[in-house]
Amino acid sequence: MKSFDLLGHFGQYGGRFVPEALIEALDELEAVHNQTQKDPVFLAELAELHRTYTGRPSIITEAKRFSEHAGGARIFLKREDLNHTGSHKINNVLGQALLTKRMGKKRIIAETGAGQHGVAAATAAALMGLKCVVYMGEEDTRRQSLNVARMKLLGAEVVAVTSGSKTLKDAINEAMRDWVTNVHDTHYMLGTVAGPHPFPTMVRDFHKVIGEESREQMLEITGRLPDAVLACVGGGSNAIGIFNAFIPDANVRLIGLEAGGDGVETGRHAATITGGTPGVLHGTRSYVLQDKNGQTVESHSISAGLDYPGVGPEHAYLHDVGRAEYRAINDDAAMNAFALLSKTEGIIPAIETAHALAGALIIGNELGPKANLLINLSGRGDKDVQTAAQYLGIPL
Amino acid sequence: MTSLDSVLEKCRAENRAALIAYIPAGFPSRQGCLKVIQTLADAGVDAIEIGFPYSDPVMDGPVIQEAADISLKGGTGATEVFEALKAASETGTASVVMTYWNPIERYGVEKFAASIADNGGAGVITPDLTIEESETWLAATKANSINPIYVVAPSTKDARLTRVTSMTGGFVYAASSMGVTGTRESVSIDAKDLVSRIRKVSDLPVCVGLGVSTREQAKSLAAYADGVIVGSAFIKLLLNAKDEQAGLLAVSQLAKELALGVREGR
Repeated sequence: MKSFDLLGHFGQYGGRFVPEALIEALDELEAVHNQTQKDPVFLAELAELHRTYTGRPSIITEAKRFSEHAGGARIFLKREDLNHTGSHKINNVLGQALLTKRMGKKRIIAETGAGQHGVAAATAAALMGLKCVVYMGEEDTRRQSLNVARMKLLGAEVVAVTSGSKTLKDAINEAMRDWVTNVHDTHYMLGTVAGPHPFPTMVRDFHKVIGEESREQMLEITGRLPDAVLACVGGGSNAIGIFNAFIPDANVRLIGLEAGGDGVETGRHAATITGGTPGVLHGTRSYVLQDKNGQTVESHSISAGLDYPGVGPEHAYLHDVGRAEYRAINDDAAMNAFALLSKTEGIIPAIETAHALAGALIIGNELGPKANLLINLSGRGDKDVQTAAQYLGIPL
Repeated sequence: MTSLDSVLEKCRAENRAALIAYIPAGFPSRQGCLKVIQTLADAGVDAIEIGFPYSDPVMDGPVIQEAADISLKGGTGATEVFEALKAASETGTASVVMTYWNPIERYGVEKFAASIADNGGAGVITPDLTIEESETWLAATKANSINPIYVVAPSTKDARLTRVTSMTGGFVYAASSMGVTGTRESVSIDAKDLVSRIRKVSDLPVCVGLGVSTREQAKSLAAYADGVIVGSAFIKLLLNAKDEQAGLLAVSQLAKELALGVREGR
């Protein structure tokens, strides 16, 4: 199986399934991205922004008290939650905002589920003087009203999407409709490693800094590579970001934790690789939650950021060739890990990230006390306080 | 030669444009759709596109989205699509299916093309299938002697127009403007420019869609296009009608008007 070709395929996955109207814009984006990845001036500008604005490199924290619940394995947290705006999402939006300026476009559009990517996109737009419109499912604007207010404070326009299931997948549909119409002056700042080529590779390239930093840091701290690298997977951007640098290291296990919702067996979940089938959604071929007619099935997760019925095509490929493994973590297990990390380490993680932490508790027990696990702590949990309080029975 | 090729050739011989109507399978209901098809055929439509309703129609505006929602809630799947296709071809008009790619892939690429042919269909319009992803589809359409119909847009550059049209059969679907489906007050001047650019690289008939809803618009497009495609305008009438009978009457009236329009352009 060829691992990657010029049309953006990862084995049988990836590619482009879009209206012809978008081809020119995708070609332009691909060309500018390829150029800038080889342009020392561009790369230096982005690195400087990360140093002085994002707060990179992000640190690694060893979670010693949390480790006691993980079979004694040593657990290391890559602290993407300490980035400006509180998650890994800033890595991608700063890169894409610089590309937008290179292409001479003045307006960006973005989709958001929980609001983390929307807030990051609005932030990058404010910093670079771009007009920003964020599409967000009406359901999500209610669940995440604080993030709606944040985006508005940052000067973005937030459009509540009322079509379909009124969640992330419909926000992407609406953003694509906007893009087809306004592509001459608008860049679609897609927030994950999905969508038509070049998005899966481009967004990975902007997040791979996470893995590159971690690899060096782990060698420095422990003198060797970790036994396993864990990350939560919705679309899969934080996971690809931390996995990428370790892909050639065959002895390092790469483990993605999907949102199991009420349990994959109940049908109410968002574990696309674990419980889905190959298909095409939002411009790319990958695993999809779909019915026998190829209609997308609604996903369910307590985490709005993982609540998506698709997944990035590179994950589908890494799964099929056996380089990465994917497991589902149910809502309950994720919320237990959420509470545990808060109490044992003084770090409140995003509920998305809590799925990776719940995975660490399982994998740590499987591998035993000699193992070193690296977890991508992709986001902080301030945005989730209300959901968590309700779930854990804390009166507000 | 498919029935679509014959119809377009006949229209060319009559020195007029063809009128092509779009209706999603299962809309306004499974039976209602079959009545709409008969009504369109009786009113003088030359070809009918049966839409395969899809959960994530990124090329469609609010009108077709609403129709797709209604149809999917009614349980429409491949069975109902092929039933409508068969009904359309039995009226004597050329009939094709318009669908996003995933339902084809899910059904089975070979099997889908075979079912189109088995039900009298002349071809399939695939608005989100790029030529780069078309290898198995082109083989399947060829094996079943049906037309693979691709959509091109005003932003499509000349070099790419050459490549896309060289893989197309039946007609080239020219999107009149950048954007999603839905009625517009005027059809963009981009349409004329696009059609003339297509003429330079292809001998296939060129049909124009997106935004057409009136006899006047049909007439002005018929001056330079081989066919005029109307979808949302019919669906809007059905959505707004007080009952099924009123909806069918309104569809019939509009189709007759448009059929006059496509004969007035030249």
